[in-house]
Amino acid sequence: MEKTMNLTIRVWRQKNRLDVGKFAEYKLADISEDSSFLEMLDILSEQLVADGHEPVAFDHDCREGICGMCSMTINGIPHGPESGTTACQLHMRHFHDGQTITIEPWRAKPFPVIKDLVVDRTPLDKIIQSGGFITARAGSAVDANAMPIAKGIADYAMDAAACIGCGACVAACPNASAMLFTSAKVAHMNSLPQGKAEKDRRTLAMVTTMDGEGFGGCTNIGECEAACPKSIPLDMIAHLNRDYATAQFKNFFKPVA
Amino acid sequence: MCSLCSFIKSTIGRKILMALTGLVLVLFVMGHMLGNLQIFLGAEVINAYAYKLHHLLPAAALWGIRIFLLASIAVHIWAAVTLTLDNRKARPEGYDSDKVVQASYSSRTMRMSGIILLAFIVFHIAHFTVRNVPSMQYNEPGVIEPSEVPLVKHGEVVMKNGHAVMTFNVNDMMVAGFKVWWVSAFYIIATGLLCMHLTHGVSSMFQSVGLRNSLWRKRLDRVALVYGWVVFLGFAIIPIATMAGLLKKDPTGGLPVASVSAAAEITETLHK
Repeated sequence: MEKTMNLTIRVWRQKNRLDVGKFAEYKLADISEDSSFLEMLDILSEQLVADGHEPVAFDHDCREGICGMCSMTINGIPHGPESGTTACQLHMRHFHDGQTITIEPWRAKPFPVIKDLVVDRTPLDKIIQSGGFITARAGSAVDANAMPIAKGIADYAMDAAACIGCGACVAACPNASAMLFTSAKVAHMNSLPQGKAEKDRRTLAMVTTMDGEGFGGCTNIGECEAACPKSIPLDMIAHLNRDYATAQFKNFFKPVA
Repeated sequence: MCSLCSFIKSTIGRKILMALTGLVLVLFVMGHMLGNLQIFLGAEVINAYAYKLHHLLPAAALWGIRIFLLASIAVHIWAAVTLTLDNRKARPEGYDSDKVVQASYSSRTMRMSGIILLAFIVFHIAHFTVRNVPSMQYNEPGVIEPSEVPLVKHGEVVMKNGHAVMTFNVNDMMVAGFKVWWVSAFYIIATGLLCMHLTHGVSSMFQSVGLRNSLWRKRLDRVALVYGWVVFLGFAIIPIATMAGLLKKDPTGGLPVASVSAAAEITETLHK
């Protein structure tokens, strides 16, 4: 038999960017433990609409944990209590009957709240725009074996490329640092032969953009790694630090083009 | 922008500076601790060590090292303050239900332990290096009024041009200092905070310069934990031993027992 639960949902309501915003409390009855967290929010929204209220706005798209749209802090942890899980892949069986669940938007100066739980994550796009690419004629995809890449390097680059850019690292960081995001992108591109040619230029550009967008610095405490739904490790940040130091060292003697 | 300016302006650049200056200070505290522990080998050993520190290198080099250490502290603090201000700006609003998942207590309190350590360092230098703490009264003179003792090496008083070489009586200064209960208490608390600071810092500095991965993170975290505790115990044992009465002022004035008779002679020469 399917188990159900009654919940109290404390959710952040904010009309627009300029609104101050506040928490609102709603009661939800008979939520199936098999429903996903976002399905639970859908039920809440339906209930609100039926009562003549505005539904809770939240970002979501694929609902299978690969797009990086869903973004909410559930009981103080971005994407909720399950490690390596996006909010859309989180199921209600991880909560219990009678529980109060607090849902907040990502909190960071570079991520202003647009409405309720929706924040503007454009600064992450700007970091990508400044160096998350290779300046090569793209053309059609070449044969996968045309360029030999050692298995270890390919695996490492794949682990870094697993970043879906959701911004949970920024949300989890007490400094709102985007180091885990930026480092995953830098490590991904800098470790592959296609990206190596522009390694130094890319590293400098992406770090400059990251700092310029108003993200904080890394204090090596590791909360981002714990919150990351793709379990990107702190290794990537060490990689970024290393590549940045190297790039600045070269840049000191001869400007990196 | 010049490359050096952009390095210093960047968050990563300042973290690298913090790591490098941190390394200097990490190595310094270990050396300082090992030096201090010589007090357990006897008054003449630590006094001879103090003499060596002051006379092995010319005064200019000694000041060079002092300035280098103070500059390291200054850069370390400057990086910490500017980064903290930037970090605060980046996260003006926290969560209503904030939860820590894996960050250690010491990693989250680096700023607090750092600030208290700075206060301690200022007091410590005023107390034992400058030996002038305004409004501080001692029951026993010996800290603020330095006493000198003859330098003893291998059980013999070191003579130069027919006079005994004099050295600062570090043994009595430390004992007199730590006999004051609140000095000892502050010292033990500060070294405890230093232990916490190092528990995160010793491993974190490798991360900041990019020399760490998942495997070495576990190893370095353990190294940092051991390093922190060794430094804490090595420093804290001296005030504890002093308060327990295990370390005493040297009754011979730094002279080996065999040379006590010579002491009177030397003292006489000095008073002339």
